[in-house]
Amino acid sequence: MIIIIDMPKRLVIKDIEKCVGCGLCMFACSRRHGEIGNDYSGILPVSLSGFERGATVIFCRACKEPPCAQVCPTNALTPRKGGGVVYREDLCIGCKNCMEACTIGAIFERRNGKPALCIHCGYCANYCPHGVLGFEEVEA
Amino acid sequence: MKVLKIDLSKYRYEVEDRKDLFEEWIGGTGVAVQLLKEEMDLRADPLSEENVIVFAIGPFTSAYPLASKTVAMFKSPLTGNLGESHAGGRTATAIANAGYGAIVIKGKSKKPIYIVVHNDKVYFRDARVIWNIADSLIVGRIIAERESGRGIRTVMRIGGAGNKLVRYACVTTETYRHFGRLGLGAVFGSKNLKGLVVIGRGSRKIPDRHKYKEVYEKILKLALESDAMKKYHLLGTAVNVNPLNQLKALPTKNLKATRFEKAEEISGEALAEHNLGRRVACSHCPIACIHIAALRIPYETEPYFYKTIMISYDYELIYALGSMLGIGSRDGLLKLIHKVEVYGLDAMSTGVCLAWATEALERGLITEKETIVKLSFGDVDAYLKAIDYIVKQPNEFYRVLAQGVEKASEVYGGKEFALAFGKNEMPGYHVGYATHIGYLIGLRHSHLDNAGYSLDQKLKEIPKPQEIVDRLVKEEEWRQVLSSLVVCFFARGVYKPEIVAEAFEALGYETSPEELKMKGEKIYREKLRLKIKMGFDPDSLRLPKRIFETECFHGKLKEEYVKEALRYWKERYVLPLV
Repeated sequence: MIIIIDMPKRLVIKDIEKCVGCGLCMFACSRRHGEIGNDYSGILPVSLSGFERGATVIFCRACKEPPCAQVCPTNALTPRKGGGVVYREDLCIGCKNCMEACTIGAIFERRNGKPALCIHCGYCANYCPHGVLGFEEVEA
Repeated sequence: MKVLKIDLSKYRYEVEDRKDLFEEWIGGTGVAVQLLKEEMDLRADPLSEENVIVFAIGPFTSAYPLASKTVAMFKSPLTGNLGESHAGGRTATAIANAGYGAIVIKGKSKKPIYIVVHNDKVYFRDARVIWNIADSLIVGRIIAERESGRGIRTVMRIGGAGNKLVRYACVTTETYRHFGRLGLGAVFGSKNLKGLVVIGRGSRKIPDRHKYKEVYEKILKLALESDAMKKYHLLGTAVNVNPLNQLKALPTKNLKATRFEKAEEISGEALAEHNLGRRVACSHCPIACIHIAALRIPYETEPYFYKTIMISYDYELIYALGSMLGIGSRDGLLKLIHKVEVYGLDAMSTGVCLAWATEALERGLITEKETIVKLSFGDVDAYLKAIDYIVKQPNEFYRVLAQGVEKASEVYGGKEFALAFGKNEMPGYHVGYATHIGYLIGLRHSHLDNAGYSLDQKLKEIPKPQEIVDRLVKEEEWRQVLSSLVVCFFARGVYKPEIVAEAFEALGYETSPEELKMKGEKIYREKLRLKIKMGFDPDSLRLPKRIFETECFHGKLKEEYVKEALRYWKERYVLPLV
């Protein structure tokens, strides 16, 4: 008998130096939530102190021990198989502890005060025109 | 759609819901014309407190790729008439995500300030300390480090040229994109406004997810896989240098020639091979047409010390600061582009002004007493100094040159080789009749109004002037739709009328290609009417003799043909609106 084990996947950087800062990933992320814009986006395209030095994207790097989940008082954020967190918005009280706790600043504040963060669905990687983002299997 | 109105005289702001405006006039250009009409005394002095600036975006901004432009409208201090300038960068999506369709800026601050719009709040910040910083890159960096909103904001600002009210100063955004033409930078300067930051975090519901996804994918696929944008994918706009040179259409040395012996050196191919260091994109554009050259410059005195500067280049800059000035070295060209970037000058106007000054000096209309430095075609160092003087204005001559080539030639002579159309300095094409008629009748006097340079290359034989005018106006009318949607003109091959109608439908608005075309005609007429109310007189359009002397792709142009075209345009399109 062959047992197929579903490996969890995560969003990864293939080559950050290729980023042109177009933000197609950011818009894709909010579209995935049925929205036009960036309020729901868990990925942020930034310049490196001005576009003279190029661009990069900031998003959750799928920590094995996520500090954001550790400081969440309501279990809205819980560790996810394969790294990162599972986010249940209905439990979130908008305390912003998670935003403070994230070492790399990858949790963003929505207009309603609640967090927007990457849940490693991989949708945005389909829209990265320059091969910066990938969606890959990881060891659980 | 909401309109944010900021009054600098009273340090107050208000937000109005103007769904009506956007439903009737789409957005961008269409809406900006109406807002200017509502808000401004059209006879106001462009550098007075009464001038009004409108920034407008469109219904596709943030919704679809390539709708990345912002339209700025104001009264131009260069022409004294309607000013309209478009820029990319992150301005459009920042304004959309902050929740606005347009931002109106009125009045004048008593002291230097910059403004921060953060979603529904507006902050007035003290800019006295940074007011006199002439380097627009440094200004941008200081404001960016001081303010929040990294990644979701735009930082628009002026450099030394705007401070010193050079009539062709630009407003720079995201380091490399510009509201370049017609002097918005001077209008900022006159209002004591050093910068405008917009931070936008927000979104709106997609009405029909299935349909919307389908149209989105279609547009993205067209942009990436069809030939519609191929030119911008590869060498960028700089790809034009070699072909235009071969066509005898590349203005060289103040248009004394249309072939430049060193064109190959400063071509898109050569820049890509030797200097291209990186490419970046405007927000929500997969193309990344912004080509940035890396230039390594040794320190003057210390060995083994280098500075590496990153310089954005495009066709128009290569023309204006390259062939037009006889500059055939890439390093020299890049240094000139960098200088213009630092001060926040319009590159085209600067190049044309310097080219005129060089020829005026050659002919003895002015002397080195006026120019301070000996200008001659090909001399990079002299031009670098002259650009400093345009901004610093150490004597009467440079004070006049800072008002544009039309003004300078009025004062010092040499009108026949002062290359301005409707008082706006010439873009980089001398292809044929449609090119020049296009500059003259285009409502911004820009090559992008109606793309005459492109029509000229397609014409098998020269038709009647009336036909050229009709075709140019038709193109310009459709472009009013694109600039109201704020779709990048480079994506005009993607956003055909049928696709635009589909894209509207997916957002819940019924329209048709026919209705869109009608709106284009209507917006064109409204804009022309606004221009007339601001004092535009088609009879005052001056034809620089030079364009009839120098051979172009169509050979030597005849003045009578162009005059006939202008007569027809006036009768057919202008007079019915007066």
